[in-house]
Amino acid sequence: MALYSEKVMDHFTNPRNVGKIDDADGVGEVGNARCGDIMKIYLKIDNGVITDVKFNTFGCGSAIASSSMATELIKGKPLDEALKLTNKAVAEALDGLPAHKMHCSVLAEEAIRAAIKDYYDKNGIAYDKAQFPEPHED
Amino acid sequence: MKTIYVDNAATTAMSDTAINAMTPYLKEVYGNPSSLHTVGQTAKEAIEDARARFARLINADPKEIYFTSCGSEADNQALRSAAYNGLKKGKKHIVSTAFEHHAVLHTLKKLEKEGFEVTYLPVSESGLVTAEQVERAIRHDTALVSVMYANNEIGTIQPIREIGAVCRKAGVVFHTDAVQAVGHIPVDVKADNIDMLAVSAHKFHGPKGVGALYCRKGVPLNTFIDGGAQERNRRAGTENIAGIAAMTAALEEACANMPRTSAKLKSLRDRLIDGLLKIPHSRLNGDRDKRLPANVNMCFEGIEGEGLLLLLDARGICASSGSACTSGSLDPSHVLLAIGLPHEVAHGSLRISFSDYNTDEDVDAILQAVPEVVAYLRNMSPVWEALEKGEKEHLI
Repeated sequence: MALYSEKVMDHFTNPRNVGKIDDADGVGEVGNARCGDIMKIYLKIDNGVITDVKFNTFGCGSAIASSSMATELIKGKPLDEALKLTNKAVAEALDGLPAHKMHCSVLAEEAIRAAIKDYYDKNGIAYDKAQFPEPHED
Repeated sequence: MKTIYVDNAATTAMSDTAINAMTPYLKEVYGNPSSLHTVGQTAKEAIEDARARFARLINADPKEIYFTSCGSEADNQALRSAAYNGLKKGKKHIVSTAFEHHAVLHTLKKLEKEGFEVTYLPVSESGLVTAEQVERAIRHDTALVSVMYANNEIGTIQPIREIGAVCRKAGVVFHTDAVQAVGHIPVDVKADNIDMLAVSAHKFHGPKGVGALYCRKGVPLNTFIDGGAQERNRRAGTENIAGIAAMTAALEEACANMPRTSAKLKSLRDRLIDGLLKIPHSRLNGDRDKRLPANVNMCFEGIEGEGLLLLLDARGICASSGSACTSGSLDPSHVLLAIGLPHEVAHGSLRISFSDYNTDEDVDAILQAVPEVVAYLRNMSPVWEALEKGEKEHLI
């Protein structure tokens, strides 16, 4: 199918890090079912480093592929590095997304931020609020 | 891997009959039907022969058939013509439905911008409108009623004969987009009280790029493309003779085979519906009985349709969905919303449309694949998780 790159199809048909972490240190959920995309990211954090990450996604092929790629890109990374992950980097790592699917990569970036923010909030860690804008009501 | 093509409401493969009917007009009979010489006149005869045969298949007069480039063109021409001719008599109101094909809906939206007022009748949960609804909506200034013969997504067959009778009695022009019906169920323009009807060849194993408009004698039809005198001055442009010949042959074949194919398709359809309904929290969209023989349209809660399509495609199964991602907007199909489905349910739709080329083995393969793919997607869906945990209520 020419709609998506081979990378997108690979991450869609064999998604990495699918699942849940029952004792997650941070959980982020963005999107809404009405619009057809919901992403939920679970983080296990040790000493400021993301030691494990899992996701659940309701959405189209590119939403699932974006979740999969984003989790791959932050696994094993320190939090400050994970926070620098942009939707563009996710899309580029997937060899591009169709223009009308770019919002899927935005959701992935926002889901990761939401999960990290959840971790900060739960642990009373101070952070710069400007780093966590309200997720889009996509 | 074997390809199982079950998207025949989108388009069909051409039949050998249609291809064979086409080739003489690509090779030997290449003349322009407007030319006076023998080569041209041979082509002209072929078109008029096709017109007579085509007309017979829907019980029309040959002079009531205008060949077009597609079903959408036929819809556009019919709607605009009826609207503008109504306007000449001071009539500015149009009655249609909320779940028409975009060829009708988008034309009506443009007519609204030009000053027409359109009443879009609501559709029942089972995907039907009634003649009573139409009767109540007709006003003294109604120029036109347009109701599709059968819906392209959910396959429901509308009570066209009764709606036509209501329109005839009220003296209002009645147009029907019959693109999904002609060649699939019996259509008789006289018995059905139809004034204008649109047909598309590639929905019944004919070629793409050719359609037809039926316009009843006495109903004025405006020129849609200006130029030469083709199609009795209603549509200029050198005729697509090969396409017209192939469409006619395909329709003859479809009509002749209808008793057999209809029974076969209904059996494939019903077995698939029964099998897919065994998936928990699934539903059939559209009335089960007043339904095209080849149409299955289901929703599966907790998943999104595009993922379903791509995973089925990876297994060789080519189907369709009304999810937002497949419609290219954030909203799911207007048809599924029109029958009252909530957005989140409509996103998880699957349309399977058979043709005579499908087999029982195809149904077996689909019944094997769909439950697995639905389970796989549900397993990674946070929506499904919330439903299963009872954090959200099941809608179906």
